[in-house]
Amino acid sequence: MRVAATLLRRDLATLLPGRQGGTLLPLLFFLAVAMLYPFAVGPDPQLLARTGGGVIWVAALLAAILPLDRLLASDFQSGFFDQWAMRGIAEELVVAIRLLAHWLSFGPPLMLAALPAAALLGLDGRTLAIVELGLLAGTPGLAAIGIIIAALTLGLRSAGMALAGLLLIPLAVPLLVFGAGALSTGGTSGVALCGAISLVLVALAPFAGGAAIRAARES
Amino acid sequence: MHFYANPARFLGIARWLTLPLLIAGLALVSAALAWGLLVVPPDRLMGETVRILFVHVPAAWLGMGGWMTIAIASLVELVWRHPLAAIAARAAAVPGATFAAICLATGSIWGRPTWGTWWVWDGRLTSMLVLLFLYLGYIALAGAIARDGASSRILAIYGLVGAINVPIINRSVVWWNSLHQPPSITLGRSAIDGVFLAPLLVATLGFSLLFGGVVLARMRALLADAQAEARMRRRAAAPAREWG
Repeated sequence: MRVAATLLRRDLATLLPGRQGGTLLPLLFFLAVAMLYPFAVGPDPQLLARTGGGVIWVAALLAAILPLDRLLASDFQSGFFDQWAMRGIAEELVVAIRLLAHWLSFGPPLMLAALPAAALLGLDGRTLAIVELGLLAGTPGLAAIGIIIAALTLGLRSAGMALAGLLLIPLAVPLLVFGAGALSTGGTSGVALCGAISLVLVALAPFAGGAAIRAARES
Repeated sequence: MHFYANPARFLGIARWLTLPLLIAGLALVSAALAWGLLVVPPDRLMGETVRILFVHVPAAWLGMGGWMTIAIASLVELVWRHPLAAIAARAAAVPGATFAAICLATGSIWGRPTWGTWWVWDGRLTSMLVLLFLYLGYIALAGAIARDGASSRILAIYGLVGAINVPIINRSVVWWNSLHQPPSITLGRSAIDGVFLAPLLVATLGFSLLFGGVVLARMRALLADAQAEARMRRRAAAPAREWG
């Protein structure tokens, strides 16, 4: 338990925006995408209000790709994971804590950033509430997919962000279907299913991520 | 299972199995297509367009079967560290992706006269499209791993993560929006008339044999590649050993 607390404090210090290298850039990118959309389809308020919720979801998905290259790579190169392995702490635990820290630095800030984005797109209060609920249910799953992909691409020097994006997008489709789908059905069932898929992904991520770190060490 | 972990033993069998599989597959496919094109009567509702079924349905099954091959081979690799399983998974990716693409293309061609549009955002079409993107990601990851000389276990983990997600993706997009007819053939029951079913099953068998033959040929190519590389490395290291 103490190990987990230490890990979490350290991971938060590096991932939360601040002096130690955490960054708000994915959120600014998210807002930039939300700003871009009205330029592409025109400023018609009705069209924006009808499609804006989906645009926020697409922007969130794209923003989830951006932090992946710094999520695990520098710690892998500096031997951080090896040190914990030497102490007999399983990679699974380290990855689970990293997942929690990653979500804390990504999910809630994204939900905050969705507020100005919703204002830009002219969403009404009810739509905004469903978007926020959906993001609350869906961002843990997005963070889990992200950490799996980050772990898988650790040892690959020739792999860029394009590969990470190509790997992430198909896996994120179910989250998008239910998270954004809740907007058109207006019910909470979409949000609930989105949360269910999130839980499956969160349960899967530590094992897939831990195995991927060990495999990256082999090469 | 580990009897065939020895590549020499595997190659001994694969060498004489590849060509018969390919020839038998080609023969069955041509027979089934000729049967489907010339003998089978046009469908009451779909008319002549029903004939594309004999390519479309086997391609859809093999597109999904390809990922199942990847999933099983990845599991065998991760659990038993079976060296050939890694190669089998890598070899199955390109044929699987090809069949998924054929399924999408034939479905699109069929949809133009029948539904009046090349593409609809229907659940079963969309899930095949997402599957194709999973294949493309898998193939790109395999390429990056081969370039960097990284462990193939990374690829196996992505294969398994994908396999867990394939049913979720499939269910989610089917619930999302569906226009495609529900499956006509499930285990033990068929809503298709025997006149169409017989050539369809022959075509499926033929395409499956082709799939198997191509996978074996690709496995042999990957093994030969690894062998050639090892030999080059030995040759490059040899003079150094002489002197020192």
